[in-house]
Parts: sequence; structure tokens; C-alpha cells
Amino acid sequence: MNFFSLLGRGFLKILSDCGGIFLFFLKSLIYSFSPPYRFRLLIKHMEFIGVKSWLVVILTSLFSGMVTAYQVNIALSKVGSQSILGGVVALTLTRELGPVLTAVVVIARAGSAISAELGSMRITEQIDALKIMAVNPIQYLMSPRLWAAILVLPLLTAIADLVGIAGGYFIGTFLLNIDPGLLTARMIDMVELKDIMSGIVKSIFFGAYLVTVCGYKGFYASGGAEGVGKATTEAVVISTVGILVSDYILTTIFF
Amino acid sequence: MITIKELKKSFNGFEVLKGVNLIIPENKVIFIMGQSGTGKSVLLKHIVGLLKPDSGEIWFENKDITKLSEKELQKVRRKIGFLFQEGALFDSMTVKENVMFPLKEHFKMSKAEMEKVAEELLSVVDLLPAKDKYPSELSGGMKKRAALARTLALKPQIVLFDEPTTGLDPILQVSILELIKNLKEKYNLTCVIVSHDLSLAFKFADYIAFLHGGIIIEIGTPEEIKASTNEFIKKFIESALL
Repeated sequence: MNFFSLLGRGFLKILSDCGGIFLFFLKSLIYSFSPPYRFRLLIKHMEFIGVKSWLVVILTSLFSGMVTAYQVNIALSKVGSQSILGGVVALTLTRELGPVLTAVVVIARAGSAISAELGSMRITEQIDALKIMAVNPIQYLMSPRLWAAILVLPLLTAIADLVGIAGGYFIGTFLLNIDPGLLTARMIDMVELKDIMSGIVKSIFFGAYLVTVCGYKGFYASGGAEGVGKATTEAVVISTVGILVSDYILTTIFF
Repeated sequence: MITIKELKKSFNGFEVLKGVNLIIPENKVIFIMGQSGTGKSVLLKHIVGLLKPDSGEIWFENKDITKLSEKELQKVRRKIGFLFQEGALFDSMTVKENVMFPLKEHFKMSKAEMEKVAEELLSVVDLLPAKDKYPSELSGGMKKRAALARTLALKPQIVLFDEPTTGLDPILQVSILELIKNLKEKYNLTCVIVSHDLSLAFKFADYIAFLHGGIIIEIGTPEEIKASTNEFIKKFIESALL
């Protein structure tokens, strides 16, 4: 009985969280279309989420591209198809690794910070203070962040794709001695616009998703400093797992 | 004037407010007294719609606040200011930016005009020298004064103070309440102050209301409260003046 009661309670908590997150997203989106329009905050958050993440994104995607090329080459060499290495690496990066790695890096760097900042604002009553001053806190705190993530994630993903492919090219040509012309030609043959666009569309979804989850957890944090820590951890875990699960679902829809 | 009728609120099955009835008269300083955990702050948060009651009514300008939507509440909140216990200043902004924030949100003013108004308000609360400091660099009393300046920026008719003197030394406590009293005169404010400090209430209040057991057990002028025959109030006064 106890087991089922716990199971039921856990299930209800997940359902309530999912509903809460979805409503929070809708509110953030809808409020963004009503004045005042907060362009300065949008630019500020774009800088925080995007500009300050580019170096980590470049490093992560560069080495991911390099290690993918290295590992794929081992498999391809067994069937004598090393010439398609460039295409395989590019497909992997544009379809999957580029958007997913970028989203995970942004969660770790900016998502956790958003959650902690909003959580701290909640426990020090700064969110209530916004309400008292007749300012809609979701419109002020979340709407600009939502659009910033939606606009910036595709750009970061494009950078990740490019740098990752360059990393793979470097390994293929300089370390594995594959003809650069052949590698490039196969890459161009195999990668279609649809592959690149699917990654970009995924990154738009990931941007909206990660900023909503991280914002939601911080916005409704409770229980003092410990509560903020817990909210931040939950935000990172839920958004990271959610990105991986939704990546699979989106992939099955796109291909 | 604010009229509270039969206000009830429970948290996790525990009934904090059990039917509060209270009339807050205009242009007066009213202290809401009571023991810790009796729901004084909860009552204050209902008045600005930060909490929704289980039942009951709060009437302000012919509108029941408890029935208003969030959008309608925004209009009410421009008229009712709230001073949080710790100030709730935005820690990413300087003191002056904090005071300018509500001006930026609600008035069409140039930056120079906003700066002028903010500096005027900061000089009223005697905090102009600290205008460029961040909240983390301020003492408890300075934070409260900065928050008061920010609250006044929206020109409220009523200001609710959640324990404005808690955590301050006796001299600062008196100076904060003298400031509140002066501002009340200057801006024709109605001030509702939640506090434990009876001696300060006797000195500064026009009316004192006692919240005990989830209801207002007595309201009156300081003299009437001093002469109260209610056992709890007599005990409270005795303990406070020990």
C-alpha cells in the first residue's frame, strides 16, 4: 500500500511539474507580446546566454568533433569506407551532437545561473517586490530570457556544427591522412540542408525548454538558501535529461 | 480606507487567520501587534494581494481586492506600497537605480528627471550619500530607508510596513519610525505597521490592533489599549514593559 501511495505521489508530482512548466512557458511567451517591450533586457540576456557561452561551446564541439572522427574512423576502416568519414562526422554533428552539446553547455553555464538568480530573488522577496511595484514578474524576468535563448541557441549551435566539423576535418586530414578533397566532397554529398535545419530547429526547442525549466525551478524556489541549491540542482538535472529525451523524440519526428 | 471582513487563511491545514475583521482609517498610523507566528505578515500580504484568502473580503476603493485578477491588482498596487522586512532591494542595482526602477516602469520620464526624483526621495530618507552603493554594501537600517524611498516613488496612498524596526538598534528603531511619521504628514499617507514593539507602538501609533488566535481581539488608541481589560493584552503589555 505504502509503495503504491509513494508511486502515486511521485507520479502526481511529475504531472504537476510538467503542467506548471508548460503554463510557465505559455505565460512567458504570451506576456512577451504585451508592452512594455524589454529590448535592453533581451540584449543583456542574449549576451549572458550567448556571448559568454561561445568559448565553452567552441571547446566542447571542437573536441567532440575530433573524438567522433577518431572513433568513426576505427569503425569505417574495418569496412574500408574511410572516405565517408567527413560526411559521417558532419551528419552526427549537425543532426545530434551540435544542438545537444550546445544545449547541455548552456544549461551548465547559464541555465544553472538563471535558476540560482531567480531562486535567490524569490527567497529575498525581490519577486514579490516586483509584484508590489505593479510589475509582472514573469514578463520582466522570464519573457526576455525566453526570447534570448530562442534567438541565441541556434547561433551557438551553428558555431558548434562548424567548429566540430573543422575538428573532424583536422583529424581526418592531418592525423588519419585522408585526402582533403575526397573528405570534403563526401561531406557535401552526404549532408543536406534538411540535416542542418533539423539541428537548428532542435536548438530553438532546446533553448525555449531549458530556459523555461531553469527559470521555473528558480522562480518557485522555497526553503531558504538550501531551497535555492535544491532548485538549481533539479533545474540542471531535469533540463539535461529532458534535452536528451526530447532529442530522441524530435529525431524520430524529423527522420 | 481599507475594510477587512471575516478573512480566513490556512496553510497545510493549519488555520492562521480565523476571521479577521479590521477597518484601517485614512491618514492614520495603525500598528498591528501580536506574538510571532500569529499571522500579522500574512494579513499584510493579503491586503496587497500577494496571498489569496480561503474566504473573506478586503475592500479598497469600492473593490474587493480578494476577487481581483492579477491585472486589476496591478492598479491597486500602485496605490498601496509595501515595505518588506529585509527591504527586498534588487541586489543587481544600486540604491539610486532601485528607486528609479518603479519610475522607469510606470512614468514617461527622461533619465535626468528620474534621477532628480530618485535623489529627492533619497534625500527625504537621508540616504543621498549612499545613492551609488549596492544593497550588499548597506546596513539593515539603510536598506530599510532605501526600500522606503523606492516605495514612495509610486506615490502610494497607503504603505504597509512589515516589521520595519526588527533587527535595528533602539536609536535606529526610533529614527525609522520618526521618518515614517514625518513621511505620513508630508505625503498624507496611511501607514499600517506590523510590529512586536509595544513601546514604539504607544509612542507612534494612532491606533493599535491586536491579532491573537487568528482574529483581531481589540483595536483602539494607545490609551485605550493601555486601559484594556483583555487578559492577553494585559499580559503582553506587562511582558513588553518589563
